[in-house]
Amino acid sequence: MATLRIDWDKVSRAREAARQIADDVHAYTRQFTTTTIERSICRLFGIDGVDPMGVPLPNVVVEHLVSRQLLGFGAAYWLGQATISLGKEPQELAEAVARGELDLTQTEPVDLFEIELWAEKKAEEAVAKIHHNRIIREERLLEFGDHSGPLIYVIVATGNIFEDIVQAKAAAMQGADIIAVIRTTGQSLLDYVPFGATTEGFGGTMATQENFRLMRAALDEVGAELKRYIRLCNYCSGLCMPEIAVMGAMERLDVMLNDALYGILFRDINMQRTLIDQEFSRLINAAAGIIINTGEDNYLTTSDAYEEAHTVLASQLINEQFALKAGLPEEQMGLGHAFEMNPELKNAFLYELAQAQLARQIFPNSPLKYMPPTKFKTGNIFRGHVQDALFNIVTVISDQRIHLLGMLTEAIHTPFLADRALAIENARYIANSFADFGEDIEYREGGIMEQRAAKVLDATLDLLQNIRRDGLFRAIEDGILAGVKRPFEGGKGLSGVVVKEDRYFNPFIPLLLEESKAGSERYHQTQTALKEGKNE
Amino acid sequence: MSSGRYSVTKTDFDKTLDLTHLKPYGDTMNDGKVQISFTLPVPDSENAVEAARQLALKMGLVEPTVAHHAPLDKSFSFFVIYGNLSHTIDYTQLHVNTVDISTMSMDETDFFIQQNFGRKIRVIGASTGTDAHTVGIDAIMNMKGYAGHYGLERYKMIEALNLGSQVTNEEFIRKAVEFDADVLLVSQTVTQKNIHVQNLTELVELLEAERLRKRFLLIIGGPRISHELAKELGADAGFGPGKYADDVASYICTELAARKEQMLKA
Repeated sequence: MATLRIDWDKVSRAREAARQIADDVHAYTRQFTTTTIERSICRLFGIDGVDPMGVPLPNVVVEHLVSRQLLGFGAAYWLGQATISLGKEPQELAEAVARGELDLTQTEPVDLFEIELWAEKKAEEAVAKIHHNRIIREERLLEFGDHSGPLIYVIVATGNIFEDIVQAKAAAMQGADIIAVIRTTGQSLLDYVPFGATTEGFGGTMATQENFRLMRAALDEVGAELKRYIRLCNYCSGLCMPEIAVMGAMERLDVMLNDALYGILFRDINMQRTLIDQEFSRLINAAAGIIINTGEDNYLTTSDAYEEAHTVLASQLINEQFALKAGLPEEQMGLGHAFEMNPELKNAFLYELAQAQLARQIFPNSPLKYMPPTKFKTGNIFRGHVQDALFNIVTVISDQRIHLLGMLTEAIHTPFLADRALAIENARYIANSFADFGEDIEYREGGIMEQRAAKVLDATLDLLQNIRRDGLFRAIEDGILAGVKRPFEGGKGLSGVVVKEDRYFNPFIPLLLEESKAGSERYHQTQTALKEGKNE
Repeated sequence: MSSGRYSVTKTDFDKTLDLTHLKPYGDTMNDGKVQISFTLPVPDSENAVEAARQLALKMGLVEPTVAHHAPLDKSFSFFVIYGNLSHTIDYTQLHVNTVDISTMSMDETDFFIQQNFGRKIRVIGASTGTDAHTVGIDAIMNMKGYAGHYGLERYKMIEALNLGSQVTNEEFIRKAVEFDADVLLVSQTVTQKNIHVQNLTELVELLEAERLRKRFLLIIGGPRISHELAKELGADAGFGPGKYADDVASYICTELAARKEQMLKA
C-alpha cells in the first residue's frame, strides 16, 4: 500500500501523552465499582430472568445490596457467602431475594478465602463459556475463510427483531459481512437491560440477550448456506455497558460499539460512571474476541470535519490506551473515523484520503471502522449515491477494515431492503474496480495530502499534550472534544458509582486477561500460518 | 412500446403549459414522465415484472416501462420503472400554509430586535423525548450553524440555550420556565411509527395543562416537519428541510414583534 511520509517521532510522543492520560484516568477510576458492573458479575454467575414486575433479577440483587449500602464489598462477596452458607446456586438466591425471602447480607459469615475460592471456580465456568464461543467463531472463520480488505457492514433498524432477521438475511445474501442491529433510541439511558424477544422500537431494536440469540442463530443459518461467517454487531454502550458485554460474549457477537467518550459527549452519561464501566466491558470484549468500535466519527457530525480532524486522531490514541489497559489487543480495536467533510470544500477528497491514510498508518494492525457521509446528505438520493461512491474509494485505497456502508436514502429513513442492496452493489463495484489501486500509486512527497496529514498530526500532538496537562476529565469539562462540555458530576448515572471496600474483589479480571492473551496468541499463530500457506 | 430508451413514438398531446393541468416534465411539456422504484416481496421473475408493471398502471402511469429489475434475495425483487403520469393538478387553486416572512440576515435580525425589544430574545431548544439526534437542533442553534448559516448562539441579540438530546417534555418545560424563555425550539428527527406526533402532542398538552402555552412561542423542526403539521399539532410554526437559523430567527423576531404590537393595541 502506498504510504504517506509521517513524522514518527511525533506519533510516539502523541502515543506517550495518550498513555499518561489513560493512566491518570485509571488511577482515579480503579477506586470504584458501579451498579452495572456488579449486575454483570451477577449475570456471569448465571443470574437471569425478571421478577413479577418485570425487573431483571441482576437489578433486584444489586438494588438489594445498594439499599443496605453494602455494594462496596461487591456482588461476588455476598453471593459467595450466601451460596456457601445456604448451599444454593446464585439464581436460586436471586429468586429468593426477589420474593423478599432472603437478605443476602444476613447469611452466616464465611471466611473470605473460602468465598474467593468459590467465586474463582464459578468465574472459571463463565469464562469457559466465553472461551467456547470464541473457539466456535475461530473454527468457522478457518473453515469458510475470512476475506481480506474492507468488511461490508450494514445496519438493520426495523424495531422488530423478527423483521430485522428478514432484512439481515437478505443483506447477507447480497454480500454483507457484518450486520449491525441498531438499538432503539433511548436504550442507552436505561439503567437495566430489557428481557426477552422484542418487536417494538424506535429507530432500532432493543438490545436483549434473547434478541442477540435469535439474530445470531439466523446469521449462522444463512452463513452456513453461503459458506461465509457473517459477523453480528450491537451496542455495548450506555448505562449498561458491561452487562451488554456479558450478553454479547454469551451469544457470540463479533463486533460491539464500545466507547465511554461517546456516551459522555453525545448521551450525557456521567464521565466517571461510564469510564469505570468501560474498563470492565472492554475486559469482557477482549476475552470474547469481540472487535470494539469506537465513536470518534460522531465528533465530526457536531463539529467541522476539516477543522476538527485532529480531535478524532487524539481520541483514537486515547481509546487505544484505554483498550490496552483492559487487555484488548490491536486486532480487536476498531477505532472509528469518518468521511464527513463538506462536499463543497475544494479538494475534500484529498483531505479525506489523507486522514484515512494517516489513521491506517498510525494503527497498522487495527481493524479501523470507517463511517460514511451522513451530515451532508440532504435527501437528494442521486448526489448521495455519488458521495457514498467517493467514500467507498477512500475506504478501498486506504484499506480500512470495517466499512460501514452509506445509504443513498440517509436523512430520509432507516434503510429499506433495496437501499441496502444498492449500497452493497456500489461498494462491491468499487472494491473490485479499485482493488490494487492503493498498491499502484505513490503519494507525492510534500504534496497536498502529506501536508494535510502533517498538519493534523501536529494539532493532535498539541491537543494531547494539553489534555495530559489538564487531565481528561477537565478537558471534557472544557468542551475540547466535539465542542461539547460535560461537568464532572453532571449527566446520568453518577449515583450508580460506589467506592470499593478493602474486601472488594472481582474474580473475573485475572481470568479475562488470561483468556484475552491466549486468544490473541492463537490469532497471531493463525495469521502467520495463513501467510506461510500463501507463500508456499 | 419500443425496447430502446429513446422515445421514437410520435407525441400527440398539447405541448403548452397549462397551470390548471400541471404534470411532471421529462423532456417535452406535458409528457408526464416520472421514475419510481420499489421492492416486491416475491422472487424476481416474469410474474414479478408483470406485477410491478400493473402496480405502476394502477398508480396512474401510462405505458410504464420496467427499466431495471433484479433479485434482492430469494424472495425479494427490485424494480425501477419509468412511465407517463396521467394525473394532473390545478396549480392555480393551491393554498399552502407557509411561514410567510421575508428572511433577514443575522445583522438585520440583531438590529430588528434591538429596535423593537431593546433586550435579548431568549430561545431554549432541545431534541425532546427519546430522540437522540442533535443534528437538527445543533444546525439551528450552535454557533457554527450549518451550510454557511450561522446558528442562533452567534446572534448578538439572542440568548440561546441548547439542551441537547433526549430531554423529557417535563424537563424541557421546567428548564424553559427557569430560563425565562420567550421561544421554545423543539427538534424531532426520529419519526418512525409517528413517534414525533405523539411526543409533540404530549408537549402541547403539558404546556396547556400548566397554562404556559401562551407564554411561549413554540416552534418545531425536523426533516419530516412542515408548517402545516406544526399548526395541526398546536405549535406556532414548523420548519422542515432546507430551512436555516436565519429563517427561524427572522420568524421569531417578526412574530414576537407582531404579538407585542397586538398586545399594545389591546
